[in-house]
Amino acid sequence: MDIRVQQAPFDFGAEASAFSQGHDKVGAIVTFTGIVRDADSGGLATMEIEHYPGMTEAALTEIAEQACARWSLADALIIHRYGVLRPGEQIMMVATASRHRKDAFEAAEYLMDYLKSRAPFWKKEHGADGSQWVAARDEDEEALTRW
Amino acid sequence: MDVLYFAWVRERIGIPRETIDTSAETVAELVEELRAREDRYAAAFSDITALRVAVDQQLTDFHASLDGAREVAFFPPMTGG
Repeated sequence: MDIRVQQAPFDFGAEASAFSQGHDKVGAIVTFTGIVRDADSGGLATMEIEHYPGMTEAALTEIAEQACARWSLADALIIHRYGVLRPGEQIMMVATASRHRKDAFEAAEYLMDYLKSRAPFWKKEHGADGSQWVAARDEDEEALTRW
Repeated sequence: MDVLYFAWVRERIGIPRETIDTSAETVAELVEELRAREDRYAAAFSDITALRVAVDQQLTDFHASLDGAREVAFFPPMTGG
């Protein structure tokens, strides 16, 4: 299990490749990466991500441990960035490795659902029209009820 | 006790953290103490249904005890991922 909270960019391809190595009993790797999405109007200049150092790492570790307890995983990876990002930049990635794809897919979705509303990150959008905090969405909270 | 604020809670109160002396026994009592301090606190805590709280870096609720707590953090609902 590998949990990283960092300001620096990461190389998604290199991370996915490294993660897929060294597991001889693994038949499935699922990866997801989240990218800073520009507004429909194209007006997003930057997205600022704030987090709670200490609690963030603990919360991500707990979420990953829960996924490992629930599904048969050989490994799990979470990388989440903070700081000032531009549209098109990668914000975060998760990867899961298991014998069969069902466990890998479901665990990756679980990690994403919990990351959204249980890991202490907050996003602020800066654009031509000013700055605003991104509000949490009800459907993100509702997504947790399926687990 | 260290009290931390994040995102718009931090912006409304104007500081990211402070150390306070308090006799509050629960998070709710601490919120009442803070609200009574100054307008900026009253503004930040005007609607606690819009807030989340962590005690010693564990998410909890406003009824939680502060017995033995070292750090309390207030913030809006999280938007990770």
